[in-house]
Amino acid sequence: MMSESSSFMKGMILGGIFCLVMSFFGTFNSGSHSEGHEHLHHHLKPLSKDELQKLSESQMTDWTLQVRVYCLIMVTPKLLVHWATANDTWSKHCDKSVFYTSESSKALEAMDLQEQDEWARLRKAIKHAYENAGDLRWFFVARPTTFAIIENLKYLVLDKDPSQPFYIGHTEKSGELDYVEYDSGIVLSYESMRRLIEIFKDEEKCPERGHALWKTSEEKQLATCLQYSGVFAENGEDAQGKELFNKKSISTLISDSMGQNPADVVEACCSDMAITFGGMSQSQIQVLMYGVYRLRPYGHDFHDSLTFLPPKDSDND
Amino acid sequence: MSSFKQHILFLCGVAVSILLSIMYSWVLRTLTPSFALNGNKPAVKHTAVSRRTALEFSQKVRVLCWVMTQPKHLKSRTQHIRATWGKRCNIVLYMSSEASDFPTVGLNVSEGRSQLYWKTIRAFQHIHTHHLDHADWFLKADDDTFVVLENLRYGLSKHNTEEPLYFGRRYTPFIAQGYMSGGAGYVLSKEALRRFVKGFADGLCTHNTETEDVGLGKCMETMKVQMGDSRDVLGRQTFHPYPPDYYLPRQTRRPRPWYLLYEHYQPVEGPGCCSDLAISFHYIDAVQMHTLEYYTYHLRPYGYKHRFQPDEHLNNRTNI
Repeated sequence: MMSESSSFMKGMILGGIFCLVMSFFGTFNSGSHSEGHEHLHHHLKPLSKDELQKLSESQMTDWTLQVRVYCLIMVTPKLLVHWATANDTWSKHCDKSVFYTSESSKALEAMDLQEQDEWARLRKAIKHAYENAGDLRWFFVARPTTFAIIENLKYLVLDKDPSQPFYIGHTEKSGELDYVEYDSGIVLSYESMRRLIEIFKDEEKCPERGHALWKTSEEKQLATCLQYSGVFAENGEDAQGKELFNKKSISTLISDSMGQNPADVVEACCSDMAITFGGMSQSQIQVLMYGVYRLRPYGHDFHDSLTFLPPKDSDND
Repeated sequence: MSSFKQHILFLCGVAVSILLSIMYSWVLRTLTPSFALNGNKPAVKHTAVSRRTALEFSQKVRVLCWVMTQPKHLKSRTQHIRATWGKRCNIVLYMSSEASDFPTVGLNVSEGRSQLYWKTIRAFQHIHTHHLDHADWFLKADDDTFVVLENLRYGLSKHNTEEPLYFGRRYTPFIAQGYMSGGAGYVLSKEALRRFVKGFADGLCTHNTETEDVGLGKCMETMKVQMGDSRDVLGRQTFHPYPPDYYLPRQTRRPRPWYLLYEHYQPVEGPGCCSDLAISFHYIDAVQMHTLEYYTYHLRPYGYKHRFQPDEHLNNRTNI
């Protein structure tokens, strides 16, 4: 009997070691199921041109009405210059944009949340936005140091149903947690917002003030709360897999590309349908505004399936 | 116990162990639910850009571009022009003191600021000799100028190259009729090019200055070449002697800053400074060259209906 069980045990041990070695090399899963799945689930792309052209008029009309964005711009008086720039530039392209501040400033209008803690402030802003959404179904959370092209955000989510949970941006990993990077902007569907409001009530899973000795960043806290509600981060990319959400400035990205792809700098650098850029100065953003919405070569016509009109009372786009 | 039985048991042990590991990972996976499948089909590259108009224009309005450069700048500056807008000219010539495989045309001059007007004179003489019938319009640019050829062609399309005309960013001082800024780039009609070369041949124009844009401007005046107005239909500038960040940021009303002192037309600061269909910007370094290329030809807001629709204003003005 002894020799039998010892053979069996030897077998078990060998099998166990085999599994450990395999999982160490990452080809055997003990958490997320294979890279194949990750590829399908985590990357979110816009509809292709061909797919768009196949759609009916009524479908397009429905989608144009549905894809309206509420921008939550989280400001502080320290970021006054960026706040003013966002106010004068990209935020005009949101269907509704609300600036949420830690404390009020005489210079600019904002919703004063009277809250110094960033996470608590974000929670309040999210609650306020959800309650005041009207018929808007997509939410974009950003700091004023980010520049966003809202039309391209709409293009990305055009065929996505906002009554489904979506949480999109540039994703990063922290241990087992996939989160959307704050600095390049966070996109949430109406359903994700609804689930967040619900889970905000759970002090265990989604505390307002962290219990830990160290503070976790708001982006990770947001991701954790969303994950508990069954909402997972997705990386926004274009048809070629290029990043749509960027926290770097365009000059940094171009500069990097000149080093890495000198033969094809612009092609390799950045997406034509990019949504966000970060770290740009006020004058760079004024130039970017002109570059995105005005500067173009005569005669290049794009037969886009949707039309977005310029905002009223604006002269720099 | 038989060795066969031992082997079986051993294998069973291995199998059980593996099975348990799989079950453990499966349980772990269902506790952390999988991501929403969004069922995206593999996407197709954007290709349906109608370039027909641009192509027609490039055959109807042929532009020969010559870039004023030097051996020292080929790697740091000129190669970025070659990689971006240079290829959009019908013909592009990189003019230097030395011929090379870049390719550059070697002019019979030496390098240096004092030689710039000589370079201009030799460059236009070379073009007149070898390329007069190969193009309709002749653009001079610096090796740190960014040019949007399509917008240049659009502006020139309304004009007759057999007339003595000269377009660019108009400056007032030094010459009665003014002259066009060299850095922002300027364009000569075929007749203007003929008259420039003839002026030197007949001794009516001479090398009377080192400042090439002023020198050429003086010869244009002497040879009765007309100054064009390159502003768009809303009166906004298309040629720019400085980078876009000099003009676009909003300013409170103020006396002219130094870089706007030479302006012939009343300058506008802020968004009204610059046409949507801008033709050039100057003092553009390598990173900015590619950045402007990205802004002009790549980055765009999907579905956006531009405010400025040039063809809707067609009847109003007679200039560029």
